[in-house]
Amino acid sequence: MAEVQRSLGTEGVTVKRQKPALLKEFAKNKVLFFMLLPGLLVLLANNYLPMFGIIIAFKDYNYSKGFWKSDWVGFENFKYLFNSKAAYQITRNTILYNLAFIIIAATIAVALAIIFNELLNRRMSKLYQSVMFLPYFFSWVVISYLVFALLSSDMGFVNKQLVNLGMEPVEWYVDPRFWPLIIILVNTWKWTGYDSIIYLAAIVGFDKSLYEAAAVDGASRFQQITKVMVPMLMPVITILTLIKVGRVFFTDFGLFFNIPRNSGPLFDVTNVIETYVFRALRQTGDIGMASAAGFYQAIVGFIVVLTANYIVRRIDKDSSLF
Amino acid sequence: MRDCTKISRKADFALNIIMILCTLACVIPLIIVFSASITDEKAVTLYGYSLIPRDFSLEAYKYIFKNIMVVLRAYGVTLLVTVTGSSLSLIIISLYAYPISRKDFKYRSVFTFIVFLTMLFNGGLVPWYMVYVNVLHINDTIMALILPYLMTPLYVLIMRTFFMTTIPEGIIEAARIDGAGEFQTFVRIVLPLAKPVLATIGLFNVLTYWNDWYAPLLFINNEKLFNLQYLMYRVDKAILYLSNNAGSINNATQIMANLPSQTARMAMAVIGIGPIILSYPFFQKYFVEGLTIGSLKG
Repeated sequence: MAEVQRSLGTEGVTVKRQKPALLKEFAKNKVLFFMLLPGLLVLLANNYLPMFGIIIAFKDYNYSKGFWKSDWVGFENFKYLFNSKAAYQITRNTILYNLAFIIIAATIAVALAIIFNELLNRRMSKLYQSVMFLPYFFSWVVISYLVFALLSSDMGFVNKQLVNLGMEPVEWYVDPRFWPLIIILVNTWKWTGYDSIIYLAAIVGFDKSLYEAAAVDGASRFQQITKVMVPMLMPVITILTLIKVGRVFFTDFGLFFNIPRNSGPLFDVTNVIETYVFRALRQTGDIGMASAAGFYQAIVGFIVVLTANYIVRRIDKDSSLF
Repeated sequence: MRDCTKISRKADFALNIIMILCTLACVIPLIIVFSASITDEKAVTLYGYSLIPRDFSLEAYKYIFKNIMVVLRAYGVTLLVTVTGSSLSLIIISLYAYPISRKDFKYRSVFTFIVFLTMLFNGGLVPWYMVYVNVLHINDTIMALILPYLMTPLYVLIMRTFFMTTIPEGIIEAARIDGAGEFQTFVRIVLPLAKPVLATIGLFNVLTYWNDWYAPLLFINNEKLFNLQYLMYRVDKAILYLSNNAGSINNATQIMANLPSQTARMAMAVIGIGPIILSYPFFQKYFVEGLTIGSLKG
């Protein structure tokens, strides 16, 4: 993907020259241009029209007046948003949860990949991989059913075990104390198998003679792992982590919307930018706040992605997005 | 003598125990849901969800079977959207990826950038929602379920990279000399060579469409267009509503008395998860291969 930038650098100049060049090119490559057309239309509908529509954040949107005729209000929507306690809450939750997910992906998933690689019985290793990869294929709706079977206050598996152990049952869907942990656990449950398979693919590709050399020098297998394998894996971990850091301002809507079952008492610890925007748009009908929060996310998210990519580029040019 | 580049038997034993615990953590919720679906409703309300069904009963499935048309319809919507969406997406992505992979196509960098920019910046939910509802007017149509996932930018770039690295320019040149048109070359020569990447992206597309509940949540009100995932979401909401209001609404109490709601909820989950688990052994391998193509070399 680094290629994008390189080719842009050299050819971007010729584009600007004159119009006839484009027309000539079009006449020459008519078929190629027509092949691009369906994709361009989809991008227009899904991405480019909404990109321009983002200016709605500066309007007082009125259903009867519509998009064009609604009044401009400058930064009014943003003033409301940043004066409410929601702005801090959703920013904090979005960033902290993402950091937790990133740390887990870079530690637990890596450890899991190493274990998959080390197990003496290949077949068992494959079996474990298959089972742990399975949650990746479940939608958040399905997972919300699974979590409900565990956490339902009167019938849930967890409360039944608590009662059996002589402890007080917990009203899981009302009590916000445990939710940071629950969200992190559920996310780990869904993604760790997937992440570890990516790391495992890298480990399998390493040159095994390096371990043998270390063994000759008297390194135990554990030392071979910590001193040879992990350092070799470091570039992959760094790059994947930085790519995730670039997305630190974006979350998985389904995780934060379906797993806590849209439960009001939990909002303080489960509300993130995506769920806030969704609820403002579809449930409270506050288009101004929804679009202001969306604009805020798009701009800050854009800056963070560019920064993360800049760092990736400095470490390893080929792994950067551009 | 023991191989020095392998772990000891003791360590292997310990790691196996950890792995077994992890696999159990992945499987136990599934077992609880399945066993709840085949348990008698009264046993569930009394003793809760458990690993082993207490009083075996198929009431929940019978209840769902009574409304089988709703379930079948949702399956139908899911199948229709998955098949048309995934194939349409493959066609559009490969048509777009081919010109921008051609080194002799002058504007390839411009059109690559047009895709690439969408990975960095997007307008967010509100304007996107308004384009669908107020500009395209496709809410409450099948189109609203298909259009959102037709052009995943990452897949376009992965396919472009595949075309650039594995299809020799010489072949395209040779086809041209033989008098094949641009489009003919693409269909007869390029696509057959791109089978691995087409299969990979096709599978990821199928998964996306099959698991989608977000597009219906936003755009679908017409019950006839509920897909399977969204039906599951709505059933869950309806049961929650009924059980929360059971005390206050008279006829709801009556419905609740006869309705195996807690087990039916889980039977619904089994019906939704079933196809994925049953087909998992067959498609799993391709996903693993796809992951390594897509994420590391993309």
